[in-house]
This record gives sequence, C-alpha cells and structure tokens, in this order.
Amino acid sequence: MLQGLWLVPALPLAGFLALVIGARLSRRVAAVIGVGSVGAAMVAALAIAARFMAAPPPGHAFTQVLWQWLKVSDFEPRVALYLDPLAVVMMAVVTGVGFLIHLYSARFMGRDEGHNRFFAYMNLFVASMLILVLADNLLLLYLGWEGVGLCSYLLIGFWYKDAASARAAIKAFVVTRVGDAAMAIGLLLLFMSLGTLEIQPLMVKAADRWPAGCGMAMAAAALLLGGAVGKSAQLPLQTWLPDAMAGPTPVSALIHAATMVTAGVYLVARTHVIFELAPPVQRLVAIIGAATLLLAGASALAQCDIKRVLAYSTISQVGYMFLALGVGAWGAGIFHFMTHAFFKSLLFLGAGVVILAMEEEHDMLKMGGLRKAMPLVFWTFLIGACSLAALPLATAGFYSKDLILAEAWASPKGGPWLWAAGAAGAFITSIYTFRMVFLTFFGPMKKAPGVRPGVVMGLPLVVLAAFSIVAGFVQMPEGMGDVQLFAGFVKPVLPAAPIEPGAGGPELALGLAAAAASLLGILAAWWLFLARPALLESAVRSPVGAALHKLWFEGWGFDRLYDVLLVRPLVWLARVNRADFIDGFYRAIGAAGDGLHLVLRLTQTGHVRWYAAGVAFGAIVAIAVLVLL
Amino acid sequence: MLTVPLHHVYVLAAVLFALGLVAVLVRRNIIFILMGIEIMLNAAGVAFVAAAWRWQQADGQVMFFFILTMAAAEVSVGLALVLRLYHGFKTLDADAAAAMRG
Repeated sequence: MLQGLWLVPALPLAGFLALVIGARLSRRVAAVIGVGSVGAAMVAALAIAARFMAAPPPGHAFTQVLWQWLKVSDFEPRVALYLDPLAVVMMAVVTGVGFLIHLYSARFMGRDEGHNRFFAYMNLFVASMLILVLADNLLLLYLGWEGVGLCSYLLIGFWYKDAASARAAIKAFVVTRVGDAAMAIGLLLLFMSLGTLEIQPLMVKAADRWPAGCGMAMAAAALLLGGAVGKSAQLPLQTWLPDAMAGPTPVSALIHAATMVTAGVYLVARTHVIFELAPPVQRLVAIIGAATLLLAGASALAQCDIKRVLAYSTISQVGYMFLALGVGAWGAGIFHFMTHAFFKSLLFLGAGVVILAMEEEHDMLKMGGLRKAMPLVFWTFLIGACSLAALPLATAGFYSKDLILAEAWASPKGGPWLWAAGAAGAFITSIYTFRMVFLTFFGPMKKAPGVRPGVVMGLPLVVLAAFSIVAGFVQMPEGMGDVQLFAGFVKPVLPAAPIEPGAGGPELALGLAAAAASLLGILAAWWLFLARPALLESAVRSPVGAALHKLWFEGWGFDRLYDVLLVRPLVWLARVNRADFIDGFYRAIGAAGDGLHLVLRLTQTGHVRWYAAGVAFGAIVAIAVLVLL
Repeated sequence: MLTVPLHHVYVLAAVLFALGLVAVLVRRNIIFILMGIEIMLNAAGVAFVAAAWRWQQADGQVMFFFILTMAAAEVSVGLALVLRLYHGFKTLDADAAAAMRG
C-alpha cells in the first residue's frame, strides 16, 4: 500500500503534462484532467495516510527510492520519497485542500480565457509542493521549493496583461529569491561540512558532530531560516505577499494561504535538530514570529481590500507558527499549519465568491449586507472567521492557537513576553477578522450580489467549514478533554516542547486569558464597526489616527523603506552604468578591429597591378627575413 | 660540353624574373601582364633546370614540367578571363576593371 507513494506527486505532474501537451483541449476535458488528477492524488494520499496510521511502518518512517538522480564522486542524491508523520500531515492537507480548491476553480475560472493554462500551473504547483514535503533529501526538497516558487510567480502574474499583476509577480519572485539564495548557501554549507544532503543522516550527523551553539550550526540554521522567512513572508521579507493577491483568488487560497507560504514552517520543523543546536537562531525564529504576527495583524486592521486583509492575516498566522517553532513547540506549529490551511483557504474561497458576486469589487467598504442575500457564503465565512479569531471551545483555530500560546509561556525557550505578543495578536486577529465580517455581511446592502455560488463552489466551502471546526478536536489541552491524538501522531518526528512538570500551573488562567482576548476582540469589532462607527471615523480623522492608519495601510512602510534603501539605488546604479563598464573593454577591442579595418580597406583599390606589387613586396620581405635572420 | 657557372644561370633567372615582374607592374594592357607572368614562370624554370644539372638530380627537371603544364593551364584560364574582361569593358586596360573596391 505504501508502495504507491510515488503516485501522489506523479498524478498531478501527469495532469500538468497532459494539459501542457493538450493545450487545445476543450475546457470541460481540461477541467476534468486538472481537478481529477489532484482528486486522484488526494484519494491515494488519504489511503496511504490511513494505512500509515493503522499500521505504522518500523521506525515510523517509510522511504521509497525511485532512482539515482546523479552521481558525482561521493555526492549521490537519490530521487526518493520519505514518509513520516510530519510528511503524512503535510501530504494530506496539501492534497485535500488542493483538491477542494481545484474543484472550486473549475467554476471560478470557468469563463477565463486562460482556463487550461490555469489548471496546468495549478497541477504543477501541487506536484511541486508534494515533492517538497515528501523529499528524502534536501536537494529534492529544493527542487520542489523552487518549483512552488515558479508556480507562485506564474499564477500571481496569471493575468499578465495587467501591469500590476506582472509587477506583483516579479516582486514576489525577486523577494523570495533573496531567501532562496540564503537557503541554497545553507544547503552547500551543510553538504560541505557534513558530507550528505539526505535529511535523516544529516540530522544524526549534525547532532553527533556539532556541539550546541557552535558556529557552523548557527550559520546553517540562520541560512535555512533565511529561506524559510522568504518563502513564508515573515519579517523582513514579508512585503511580497500582500501584492501577491493580484493573482486569481483560488491561487491566493491554495498557494498564498494554505500551502506554499507554510513551506518555511515545514522546512524549519523538518530540520529542527539543527535549530536546536543553535539556540540564538531559534530564539530569533520566535522573535521574528512574534514581531511579524503583531505588525501584520495591525496592518490587516487598516486594509480595505478584502483579499489584502486576508493576506496580512496569513502573514500574521504564519507568524504564530514561527513563534511555535521558535519556542520548540514543533508539533503545535504544524498543528496550527493544518487548522490554518482549512480556515484560511475557506475564507479566501468565501471572499472569492463575494468578489465574483460583486463583479470584481475588492473594496469591503463598498460591500455590506450580504448576510441575507448569500446565506451559504455568510455561514461558512462566519465559521472560518470564528476559527481564525480562535472562538473558544468550538473552533479548530482556538485549539491550535491555544496550544501555541500555552507552550510559548511554559517552554523554557518561551516566556511571558512571547506569550503576551501572541495574546495581543489574538486580540488584533479577532478585531480585523470581524471587521471584515461586519463590513461585508452586515449593515446596509450597498450593492446587490450578481452571481451566486453553485454546487461546485459551495461544496468546498461546506467541507472546509466542517474541517475548520472538527480539525481542532484531534488535540485538546489537558484541562479540556485532554485529547493528544495529533501530538501523539507527530511525536516520533517532532518531540514535544520540553516543559517541566510543575510549570503547568497557570495553564488554565492563560487559556482563559487568551480566550478572553479573542472574545474581547470580537466585541470590540462589533462596537467599533457596527454599534459606533462614528467614533472610529473621528479617530481616523484626528492627526495621530490618520498617520497611524496610513502607516498600517501601507504595511508599516516597508515597501517605501525597501524602495528607498534597495530598489532606487539599484535602479540608479543600473541607469548610471547603462553602458556597462566591463562591456567597455570588449567594445574597445571591437573598435580597434574596426579602425584597423578602415586602414586596411585603403589597400583594396581594385587595381590588380597594385595587388601584384603588394605580393612582390611581401615576397621580398619574407625572403629577406629568411635570409638575413 | 660547354660549362656555364651556376651563378651565371641564377643571375639570368633573376634578371628574367625581374623583367617579368616589372612588366606585370608597369604594363596596363592585360595581355602584356599575362606575358610578364609567363616570363616570371620561365625564369623560375630556368633556375630549376640549372639546379638539376648542377646536382645531377632529376627533381628539378620534373619540377619544370609541372611549371610548364601549370603555365599552360594558367594561360588558358587567363585568356578566357581576358575575353570576358574585353566583353565587359571594351578595353584591355587592367586599371579599368577597378570597380570592386574595398
């Protein structure tokens, strides 16, 4: 059964190839291939996951070697898939959410002229993402890593005739490239010092050879973190994600919420041994996470574009995952990845329906009152929003966020400050989430919806809404139900945070505080956006409020900062050096040849007698040289 | 058998060659240029024959036969070109055919 693992990435890849070769297929056939290949991959992945859970292979890991990739002296990477509990979770979520989003896209992109191209890119993305999470060695992982980056670029710029989309695509590609370059250097460093890129031997060797806190471990961890930060849109490389919303909404749901942006989380969790050997870097992971979740959350408060709210929210939620990783709560980070994938893709898909119904209107201030007109979307969106806002006890988001907060407090690598950042973030999250719900679905209706979602678009919403609630029940804290299914499942790969037995004292109080933060946030949102909107209006109009609003609206001015610090100097340099000075040398050679040619041309008179004289003179010189020298 | 010193033959060959070269360089009529070339070729032939006699080796005479046949071929091609030239320019002046300049 597990032998069928290769099918999981191969099926979407086959779908991609079929769509590329059959570029002229009818829309219906293309949609069937595109959705069907991912659906088949999901069936295979779920069957394998069920088998894996029912009868775990020895050592809780299964390796399938497909072929030898290349062989250069002692560098012998294989194309091999590695399945362990972490990979099972990732694979199941990627294929499951991926299938639902593909299904939704069949209707959402149905009239788009690039319909077939869209499904080809999406299938390639799913294949790359599966290679990334199933890779047995870091080289293959890097292949998947770059593959998803490429697909992200292609899909952000999917409507390439629109200049803003094309620019956003380039921005995303270039900014993530900064991180990818760091990661590539990190991989080279790991290979140079440990002699292998296969993940499992690498982790064993690293733990063997490197003492905790040694320079090599720190450098390797920092470089891998660079890659993770770029891909996961964390500080300081977060600027590409809000602009990436220029792509079609299903792309935002799949790539820029559920899967690709969490690749960084996966990478850090996968190589957690190295991070444990470098405590300062791990601390940095937690600080980056905490700072990102607060800054991005504040930015989300000020956005008008519904997709940009969700984009900042994604950055913020991935920040929670980084916070979890940074305090050593590896399992909690992956748990939040799973729940986040469900509720965030649900919210994106719901937003997509709303945008479609509003005829491409993204501005929430021009929406309103859709609660009655679109009940299915409203209720599913509300469930997603509750999960994002971590509404206590009922939602998946609550259990995963609560786990992160509890471990951020109790772990020796955490502390009250990190906990406080997370709790404040939870408060902000509730406010911006329900601001979005209230502006879109409550209040007076400003524009009647056009298109209603059919079954094809409604089904993914319902399924994801269900998962946004029940996915949390696989892991409940000790005080409430004490279910440890998730932690128990990933334990062979990701050890639990090292918490001293006595430290669990304030857990209940902390949980209550976090729950209160979430509820207070919802209440504040209700008060500010429904009950007393005038109050907020006047606050925004005051000088301080206006400045703050502008700062948050522009995402803390990072774009402007990078524009001044990096983009403009580079453009200036490029302009100054337009006539490349290295080229100058080669151009001079060309000019010299040209000049010589002009001189020599004078000898070509066309008079045959001059030529004969030249030949005679040359012969005399040659003979003279031979005789005299 | 009358013995001529070798260097006399070489001087003769050199003078002949120089005369041929001068003819090529100074005459404008293309027929005379061809004739100059013939003289230069024969100057070389004389030098070869003399050298063959001096060292009692057949190679030089063999080489003269090559020169002879080569000269015949050259003249046939050359005269054909002269005909074409005359056909094209209505003159035998080599300098008139200077249309192809660098």
